[in-house]
Amino acid sequence: MCGIVGLLVKKPELRESLGRMMVPMLVEMAARGPESAGLAVFTGPIGADRRKFSLYAPSWSYDWAGFEAAFIRHFGTHASIDICGNHAVLECDESAARVKPWLAATFPQLHMLAAGRAMDIYKDIGHPAAVADRYDFSSLTGTHLVGHTRMATESAVTPDRAHPFTAGEDFCLVHNGTISNPYMIRRKLEHRGIRFETDNDTEAACRYLEWRMREGDDLETALQKGFEELDGFYTFLIGTGDKLALVRDAFACKPAIVAETDDYVAVASEFRALAHLPGIDHAKLFEPMPEEIYSWKV
Amino acid sequence: MESVTADRAAVATRRFDLAHATVRDLNHFLHRELPGSGVTRVDVENPGGRHAIAAGIDHPVDVEVLGHGGYYLAGMNKHANVTVHGNVGWGVAENMMSGTVRVKGFASEAAGATGHGGTLIIEGDASLRCGISMKGIDIVVGGSIGNYSAFMAQAGRLVVCGDAGDALGDSLYEAVIYVRGRIKSLGADAREEPMTAVDLAAVAELLGRAGFPYAPSEFKRVASARSLYHWNADADQEY
Repeated sequence: MCGIVGLLVKKPELRESLGRMMVPMLVEMAARGPESAGLAVFTGPIGADRRKFSLYAPSWSYDWAGFEAAFIRHFGTHASIDICGNHAVLECDESAARVKPWLAATFPQLHMLAAGRAMDIYKDIGHPAAVADRYDFSSLTGTHLVGHTRMATESAVTPDRAHPFTAGEDFCLVHNGTISNPYMIRRKLEHRGIRFETDNDTEAACRYLEWRMREGDDLETALQKGFEELDGFYTFLIGTGDKLALVRDAFACKPAIVAETDDYVAVASEFRALAHLPGIDHAKLFEPMPEEIYSWKV
Repeated sequence: MESVTADRAAVATRRFDLAHATVRDLNHFLHRELPGSGVTRVDVENPGGRHAIAAGIDHPVDVEVLGHGGYYLAGMNKHANVTVHGNVGWGVAENMMSGTVRVKGFASEAAGATGHGGTLIIEGDASLRCGISMKGIDIVVGGSIGNYSAFMAQAGRLVVCGDAGDALGDSLYEAVIYVRGRIKSLGADAREEPMTAVDLAAVAELLGRAGFPYAPSEFKRVASARSLYHWNADADQEY
């Protein structure tokens, strides 16, 4: 079992309250996933020639200043780093294609959680309420976010196996359920040079869908192909730079409910995670149908 | 957070506000303190989608849930009349024995699953697996029902005023399904049969219980062809 939450605010003035509105959703879903938690928050995109990278360090007292200095020394460029304990978001004008190999060679103990222009990722093991406190989730601002509480079934409880999973740039996925053919998907993608970072089944789904989009599919077409190729039980919530998308497999054994008002679209595994939201009494509430694609644009 | 009031008709109402009280407080009252208390009505305020609200009642009482419920609302109900002024999560009235559960909004998956008796009325839609393995319960749905409904349903009646999804009544036993709208597909061994006078009377009575204004003649009957009841040694056992 796992818990899923998502929130997209429709009015610019609500962007400041994004994290504050979401934290009770995440904490309520701790009952479905008490072991790890994580979220992807989408801020407005930074400049087209700039990138930010979410990084995870093995210790809370990591020498981020030393890392930043090494980065500037190597690339001879300006960079800024926003530190939150063992997480940091590095912003610079270097591409992922240049930063990734350098990071792997020079700082192998650092894990790159995300790359892109809009998405920051925080994820860790521990009770979701503790994780939310640790990274001050309630202070997060942005247009939309995707969150997850995990009760592991398919791989170990470690920070890198917590959700969201990411692939490419500004693309993330959280999952409630189990994929039955992750190794088939994996072999197919590895054959095309796509590298996996964990043995987690959700990573296969995430990399499959992102690969389809890099091959030219739009998100909806990729998801449609996913219905054919991804075998198993799933409710997926996907975040991209400007979209939230939600799908359930044909058997729809994993729950989801959506609440929509003039102010926001909120998604959760169960209604109790939405009960506190402002205006929920007048929200349009519905459950997504099996193999239907639901998406919302910022 | 709780109060008991008696009006002129000596109707005692007990109120539980789940913004403060717990579901355990509510259910403890319903199970242990209700019999002999003189309370005939319990109002549940701010249910907030909590699970197992009013589950396991074994005594006549009217319960009004003033909002949305979570999973297993009124599960195992016996004797009580429970009304939900909102939607419910999975397994509403699961394994109900008797009494009535009415949901004014929509119901999530497995509504009325394994129910032995009583009436479950859902005014909105019911999701997938409505009435799965029902064993004598009557279910009346004002809207439509999702895929795999009445799977292996053994006894009781399921009335659907809207449409039915895929694989309706798959591996059906002796439960009977009445559908007013379109049936997307029938499951294995389920078949459409002519409506008899007995069926028309049954649908009229069930619609009357629910208060839905449709004509029984608009409904189709779906029942088991009973071809899965016995092993067919002559079939090509190719699976």
